[in-house]
Amino acid sequence: MIDLPVIEAPRFRPPAIDIDPALASEWLVAFLQDELVARRRIANAVIGLSGGVDSAVVAYLAVRALGPEHVHCIRMPYRTSSPDSLADAQAVIDALGCRSRTIDISAAVDGYLQFEPEAGPRRRGNVMARTRMLVLFDQSSKLGALPIGTGNKTERLMGYFTWHADDSPPLNPIGDLFKTQVWQLARFLGVPVRVVDKAPSADLEADQTDEGDLGITYLEADRILALILSGRSDENIVARGFSPGDVQLVRKRVEGTHWKRHLPTTAMLSNTAINEYYLRPVDY
Amino acid sequence: MKVAVVQSKPHKGDVEKNLAELGAAFRQLAAAERPYDLVVAPEAALTGYFLEGAVYERAFEAEDLARTLASLWRAAPGAERGPVDIVLGFYENDAGTYYNSALYLHVTPDRHELVHVHRKMFLPTYGVFDEERFLSRGRRLQAFETRFGHMAILICEDAWHAIMPTLAAVKGARVLVVPSASPGRGLEAGGELESVQHWRNVLRSYAVEHGIFVIYAGLAGFEGGKGMTGSSSVIDPFGEALVTAPTLGAHIVSAELDFSDIEVARARLPLLGDLAAVLPDLLFDVDLMPHVMRPGSLPA
Repeated sequence: MIDLPVIEAPRFRPPAIDIDPALASEWLVAFLQDELVARRRIANAVIGLSGGVDSAVVAYLAVRALGPEHVHCIRMPYRTSSPDSLADAQAVIDALGCRSRTIDISAAVDGYLQFEPEAGPRRRGNVMARTRMLVLFDQSSKLGALPIGTGNKTERLMGYFTWHADDSPPLNPIGDLFKTQVWQLARFLGVPVRVVDKAPSADLEADQTDEGDLGITYLEADRILALILSGRSDENIVARGFSPGDVQLVRKRVEGTHWKRHLPTTAMLSNTAINEYYLRPVDY
Repeated sequence: MKVAVVQSKPHKGDVEKNLAELGAAFRQLAAAERPYDLVVAPEAALTGYFLEGAVYERAFEAEDLARTLASLWRAAPGAERGPVDIVLGFYENDAGTYYNSALYLHVTPDRHELVHVHRKMFLPTYGVFDEERFLSRGRRLQAFETRFGHMAILICEDAWHAIMPTLAAVKGARVLVVPSASPGRGLEAGGELESVQHWRNVLRSYAVEHGIFVIYAGLAGFEGGKGMTGSSSVIDPFGEALVTAPTLGAHIVSAELDFSDIEVARARLPLLGDLAAVLPDLLFDVDLMPHVMRPGSLPA
């Protein structure tokens, strides 16, 4: 007797982090048109363009949705920012033909930090992020525009952002895309290769990289995040071949930062507490 | 039967504006050279889907809404030529009890009749959905009589439970009307959203299994970042989509239903007849009783 051929199912399905970028782009362009123009009657967008891939992707989407003349890309260097970031942002502006402006935030940041000379890199970074937020909202007010957020799902889940700064714009097209998905979308949209392929960095300090800060690569983090979010236990994730240390690291970051993904905690005193009892959707 | 689905993209909570836009669609349809017999609009067509607590401010009394819709249709030039039937999803206020409902309305040039109101039975309350926090469940699935034979209405999640179209078909429904509001999700699938694929798969399988027409009316537009997936379609009893709207934007889809297709399809694949024969054995099964005869499981 000859054994019958056995067709084995794979033990695990790979975490779902591949996207159809054409579909994502179509959907997000419609999102921007609907939420910005149709619902809010605002035709213009303001985007803080860092030279990184996230804000580049948002700028590309916004130009597709609104047209280049309605997209204002603002570069906001600090005196220690890398000149490469400025040049990469310019490459995006040149490719898109959108409106642009460069506003150096050094004086504003230093104006405050001169009274806090002992502030370390983390505090300094947060002051820069919050200063950029201030500029984006003020420019939006001036230009009849809305600031568009550029935070991705990975950094939101890892808590790798400045609260009420990077996450403050009222619309964010890429907040439900992992970093590796943003890369996929960036390649589809034709974002300059040098912007897509460079090591992601908050550029708050010299030679800083996100993956260095986080202690894990984005690809690994995204796969683990996708599994955590779909309800898999640490044991299950490790059984798929991920290192227990990486799984722990990601889990800890997610579970330590739930507060960063919420509005401030308000003491409830009545049965009409806003967003507890009094529930109205954002577009009502 | 000539049917149109108005895939609307409502302004959140702005009933006046949404009625005006529906009126414009009615004018377009009433002016058609060959008149329409049935016009279908999606779930929550006049308010948008995600209302949270505002549902209590934007719910309609069914008879009032029937009157409003009948006048709106009659105001359209061409409406005087003959009757039309209208199906539309809305939040219903029944003397202080609120439902996610859809009405079936018959309108003639001089009178109207509210033929049926279906109250959604499966209220999704998981993930992004929160219906049962604000609404009560419908308690009854009916195949109701229309001038085109028996039909049934299933609202959104109602149609994700295979037993619903099955029971509707066993009760005699030949046309299943499905007003829906489905927030799109799942970018991994090639070419279209996973949720859109799932809808098409289930609707086609119901049509072909029972030999029925399925009319799907999907809400469109983004609501607080959640994009409704439109994709309104008409599916014939062979399981083929006669027409499908895109996911994005407001559209009208139009199709001609040939009811003789039902006979041909059922003769070819007599699954519904087989089911009717076997159903008593499946339902009157002592093993099933503990699962279905819980206290409170019978309609009031």
